[in-house]
Amino acid sequence: MSVVVYTEIAKGKVKKSSLEAVNYGSRIAAQLNTTATAIIVGDADVSDLGKAGAKKVLKLKNDKLKDLNGQYLTSAIEQAVAAEGATVIIFPFDFTGKEVAPRLAARLKAGLVAGAVDNPVISGDSFTVKKNVFSGKAVATYVLHSSKKVISLLPNSFPIELKDSAAEVVDFAVNLDAVNSPIKVKEVKKATTELNLPDAELVVSAGRGLKGPENWGMIEELAKELGAATACSRPVADMHWRDHHEHVGQTGVAIRPNLYIAIGISGAIQHLAGVNGSKTIVVINSDKEAPFFKSADYGIVGDAFEVVPKLIAAIKSFKANHN
Amino acid sequence: MKILVCISNVPDTTTKISFVNNDTAFNTAGVQFVINPYDEWYALVRALELKEAQGGNVTIIHVGGADSEATIRKGLAIGADDAVRIDSDPNDAFAAAEQIAAYAKDKGFDLIMAGKETINYNGSMVGAMLAELLNLPFISMATKLDVASNVATIEHDIDGGVEVVECPLPLVLSANKGMAEARIPNMRGIMAARTKPLQVVAAAAADKLTSISNYTLAKGRTDCKFIDPAHPEQLIELLHTEAKAI
Repeated sequence: MSVVVYTEIAKGKVKKSSLEAVNYGSRIAAQLNTTATAIIVGDADVSDLGKAGAKKVLKLKNDKLKDLNGQYLTSAIEQAVAAEGATVIIFPFDFTGKEVAPRLAARLKAGLVAGAVDNPVISGDSFTVKKNVFSGKAVATYVLHSSKKVISLLPNSFPIELKDSAAEVVDFAVNLDAVNSPIKVKEVKKATTELNLPDAELVVSAGRGLKGPENWGMIEELAKELGAATACSRPVADMHWRDHHEHVGQTGVAIRPNLYIAIGISGAIQHLAGVNGSKTIVVINSDKEAPFFKSADYGIVGDAFEVVPKLIAAIKSFKANHN
Repeated sequence: MKILVCISNVPDTTTKISFVNNDTAFNTAGVQFVINPYDEWYALVRALELKEAQGGNVTIIHVGGADSEATIRKGLAIGADDAVRIDSDPNDAFAAAEQIAAYAKDKGFDLIMAGKETINYNGSMVGAMLAELLNLPFISMATKLDVASNVATIEHDIDGGVEVVECPLPLVLSANKGMAEARIPNMRGIMAARTKPLQVVAAAAADKLTSISNYTLAKGRTDCKFIDPAHPEQLIELLHTEAKAI
């Protein structure tokens, strides 16, 4: 018996959401008096997995796994789960987690909580875990009735803890001879942005109040000074002022960074549904009646074209004083 | 082409959420229910566009009680040819997927579509589970779908970008923003929907792997602290010392 955690590599490093999942899985393993095993596809420095709490790392080996095809991955993870005798399987609630965790859960007839936000409460045979529902307006406690359990963890739910520990890293050959997926990858178009929006700790977002795409220079500069990702509201994406990958809200990307700065966004309920999990929200808007102020921690009523340049200057001097 | 579109019955986005029975059940009193936007705007409308261009049939399927029939009729009014309601409590995603799989397994659907998630439980689960139960390929978060000579070309969102894939039918996909534009049913569609077939199917045996024991409302934010627009440096100070966000 162990806890298996599915992890991924991006840009040569273990992804942040994967490290969060390993932290999470190792806490669950401790509760169950067992250990956490991380599984990963591809070659990279995986020492962070040990630092995050994995006792063992299985490097899944099979040429069919290179595209992270969900049908192959499900079978590969199923084999690792069987070899480890795992009863709890953890995924990050990201693209792969959304595609593969339900497929694996259905195969194993394991209860799945998709997008958990808290550590499970385990007591005897009772196993419960909380997740956000109604687009973040409420939290539900899920009871898992099955002997095997799959949990995908909502990114940014916990800060990452890395310790001075190492995992045993072993290759794990996967047999996929019986699995043949008809899906063929023709092309991969990478987004041009440096920072992946759902992973970003800080996000600077702007809306129609900016009046036109030519005015985004100051938004990008503010984001750059803060080390933040940029985002936008739905109308901005719909008018093609910004790429639709930047659209946060109910029908765009849901994010929960440490800090969300919304500039010239009124705060329609559909927008709030995608950002209300942010730890701290700052709203800058010229309309003091903008509904977003009711959901903000800090507000500035003012013209973005006057406030933002001053804010950039203030950040520059803050950085100069704190380095 | 035979297309099956899974639709969920969800509270309208602007609904004020509350709970009853000691916070164990969602309070449906006075709530306006709609087709889950991802199921409707993207999956159903794209299915109808494909049918209009290439011929075929679009069936909508829903797992739920008789109280969701108004939502199903709206799907028919937008243009689906017929509808199936599986008379079962849809509270567990796996149980819902098992119900749909039990119905769909011998019907020969070429394409099974669902929204990328529901706006009430936000789980993103049923599409992938359905693909597993039917042993079909699954493409998640599709933003563009075309079908020619029985092969689908699909663009879908992946971590940090977009992937273009080809896959022969049959397959299951989940639809994301971009697949189609929302359609508003016209009077003719609404009239026609009244007489389109809506078949009610008894629930098949299904496993309930999870349940919800209680709900709590998310903590709202306390009063917004306003900062003088002439002195944004005060905001930076507060973000550093109070919110510890920078």
